Parts: sequence; structure tokens; C-alpha cells
Amino acid sequence: MSKDGNMTIHLEVWQQEGPNEKGHFLKYSLEQVTPDMSFLEMMDVLNTKLIKEGKRPVEFDHDCREGICGTCSMVINGDPHGPQKATTTCQLHMRSFKDGDRVVIEPFRAKAFPVIRDLVVDRTSFDRIQQAGGYVSVNTGNAQDANNLPVRKQDADMAFNAAACIGCGACVAACKNASASLFTSAKIAHLALLPQGQPEREERALAMVAQMDSEAFGACTNTGACSAACPKEIPLEHISKMYREFATASSRKRDS
Amino acid sequence: MAKLNAGYFKSTVGQKQIVGLMGLLLCGFVFTHMLGNLIIFIGPEAYNMYAYKLVSNPLIYVAEAGLVAMFVGHIVLTIKLTIHNKKSRPQAYAVSASGEKKTTLVQKTMAHQGIIILVFLILHLITFKWGTVYTVEYDGLVVRDLFQLMVEKFNQPLYVVGYLGCLVILTMHLSHGFQSSFKSLGFNHPQYEPKIKCAGFAYAAFVGFGFISQPLYIFFFL
Repeated sequence: MSKDGNMTIHLEVWQQEGPNEKGHFLKYSLEQVTPDMSFLEMMDVLNTKLIKEGKRPVEFDHDCREGICGTCSMVINGDPHGPQKATTTCQLHMRSFKDGDRVVIEPFRAKAFPVIRDLVVDRTSFDRIQQAGGYVSVNTGNAQDANNLPVRKQDADMAFNAAACIGCGACVAACKNASASLFTSAKIAHLALLPQGQPEREERALAMVAQMDSEAFGACTNTGACSAACPKEIPLEHISKMYREFATASSRKRDS
Repeated sequence: MAKLNAGYFKSTVGQKQIVGLMGLLLCGFVFTHMLGNLIIFIGPEAYNMYAYKLVSNPLIYVAEAGLVAMFVGHIVLTIKLTIHNKKSRPQAYAVSASGEKKTTLVQKTMAHQGIIILVFLILHLITFKWGTVYTVEYDGLVVRDLFQLMVEKFNQPLYVVGYLGCLVILTMHLSHGFQSSFKSLGFNHPQYEPKIKCAGFAYAAFVGFGFISQPLYIFFFL
């Protein structure tokens, strides 16, 4: 470490020109990295340096940079969103690393998340799961009196817990089977626990699971890696809820 | 009972539930098998008579058919799901996750463990069920002397080592399989999940030690 506390970080970043191109790692050594920088700011510094040198910058996804939008991704040294618990890549700081560290950056890897370029992956498969049933059909108009819709405190808390999912895809990235079970189950559980979600509850479970299966995601083997990698700490128990919801809905389904 | 629609059996969720259910039923079989084997510590006659009573009961054919169905269901669906899961990540990561985001070796190799257990199961049936038939007479009743066959097999050092290795694999498989089955069947709640996990580890350890105790006893003391 230099006298001013700045670090030198040795990066190995995945580079891939397009979805069907073969990718490879490129090595960069970045000096003057301050511990206060966020991980994405470090990437900005790298890209500024690359642009100044007339080289192509590294493509990566980012948006809000305050941990709520779910746009940033990256697998850092094997960990989706890096080594910190309950932290998105944008909220990860360089103080989590040491001077001279080797940092390997890869995209989220899953058949259902094809690489667009470098670290940017196409996560529209999540959108299609959401569109299959992750909504409530309501007629807009005046909001009715809140007391007409009593919600048990315990259910409200769990619905909120599930609704915290920002759909970043770290669960898929962390899962050895690239399963989307944690994401899909959070969306199903969120609405299944609330009165507004009841009319479409069973159709939702059937449609969202069917869409999840058609998107080339793997099946759940209950390892819990998804939940450990989740920046919003969505618990594994939602997956069991999805299993219950799907089995019940399947047993009650009518063809008409 | 309401009829499940075809979508249930085609979905990964439905298939995982069946794998879990079959797995739990097989856990029950493995447990009773291990308890039965412990009778060897009472003596050769008790052990041979237990085996005789078991196979002379006509219901054994129903039980065996059920067992075959459970094994076939568990294995066929697992192979199908494992192939599907492998296809879901065509390109592996260059670096593996560490710390809490890591998947344990036992969890990662469930399918591999399953293959070893299947090979072991086939060899096990060839050795014991369809193996050499020695007979012994108790009060005029001629029964199969399985005890003698066990003593013969478990006095071969290589056989004992291979047997122990396979049982360590089985114990690993049960330690994850037991708790995972409950989760697939929809049972996961902070109130009882830690207890199921504990029970799963205790069950796997008990089954493992139970099965290992007989070859070690025979090898060292008989």
C-alpha cells in the first residue's frame, strides 16, 4: 500500500464481443485505488484509463448505484455481487480488498442470461417470468379504505420481505443449477400473502412456474447459495412456499 | 383426491417433489434395513431367523415391488433433472464462490454420490441377495445362513474398505437429501427448519454408523 493508503489491484476482467463470440480474460493492474471507492467507481477509473489509452472500455451494467434497482451484476472472485453479505456490487467498496489483491470479474453465467457484451447479460427472462403472473389485475379508481383490507401482521412482514427482491439475478448466478427458484418464489409469495393477490393466486403460481421452466433455468436443489448471495437476503423458505402454492394450484386446476 | 394435471409432472417443481418424496420413503427403507442388520449383534440364530421371517412373508413381494418403484422413480427423475440442470450453465465460472456464498462439496456432488450408491446397490444385491446360499438348521427348520456369508465377505480387507467407502458416500447423500426433501415437499419454516436439519444429520450419522458397525465387528472380532 502506498503512503496515502491507496492500493494497487490486479484485475482479470471477462471480455466477450457478443453473445455468440468466445470470451476470455484480460488482465489490468490499476494503481491509486482508494479504499473509499465503490467497486463500480473502480471500474469507472479503469474505463477512463482504457479510453485515454485508446482502448475499448469494459461494458458493465449499472444504474441507481444505491443498491435498489438490481441493475448491477458481476461475479467477483466467484461471488455474485462480491464478498460482502446483503450488498449489491454498487454498494461494495474497495475497502473490502487489500493492496495487491487479484480480483477476477466474470458475468452472471446462465443459459437463461446470455452475455450481451463483456459483463452485461440479458436478464429479460426474469421480465417474462414476471409478466407471466407477477401482477394483480385491478380496476383503477379511488383507493378504498385501508381498513377494508385487513392483513395479518405476520403476512404483511413476509410479503414485504419477498417484495424486497430487486430482480438482480444473483440467485441464478450463485446457484449451481442456475435456478431461478428464489426469484420466482419471492414474486409468487409476495402476492400470495396479500388480499389483493388472492383472485389470481393459483393461476399466478402455475403460469410463473411454467414460464420459469421454459426459460432454461435449472431446478432447485436447496443448497441455499441463492439466499446467501441475495443482496436483499430473501430467505430460502419462499421456495418451499412456491412448491406448496404450485402443488395446491395444480391439484385444483380445472380445464374450463 | 383431486387429480393432478399433467403440468405438475412435467414441471421441475413437481418432479423435484416426487424425487423428494421417493427419497424420504427410501430414507425409511434404509433406516429399517440398518436396524435389521443390527440384529447380528444378538447372535447368528437371531439374525438368520429375522432374515427367514422377512423373506418367507408373502408381503415381501409387494414391499419389493414398492421399493423398486421408489428407486426407479427417484433415479430416473434425478437423471432427467441433473441433465436439465447441467444444461442451464453451459459455461462454468473460472473462480468458485467462497464463504457463505459457497455450495458445499456434498451438495455439489449429490448426483455423483447417487451413481456410486446405485453401483453399490447392484453389487450389494449380487453379493448378498443373489449370492452363495449356505444353509443352517434350527430345531429342524433349514434356513439360509446369511450370517456365514457376511462373515466370509467381511473378512476380506478390500471388501470391507470398499463397503466402508460406499457407506460414507451414502451418509453424505442422506445428510443433504433428508433435509432437502422436506424443503421440496414444502416444509421450510424458521420454527422447525433447524430441527429438521439437525434430525437429518443425526439420522444420516446413525444410519452410517449402524451400517459400518457390522463389517468392523466381523472383521476385527470374528
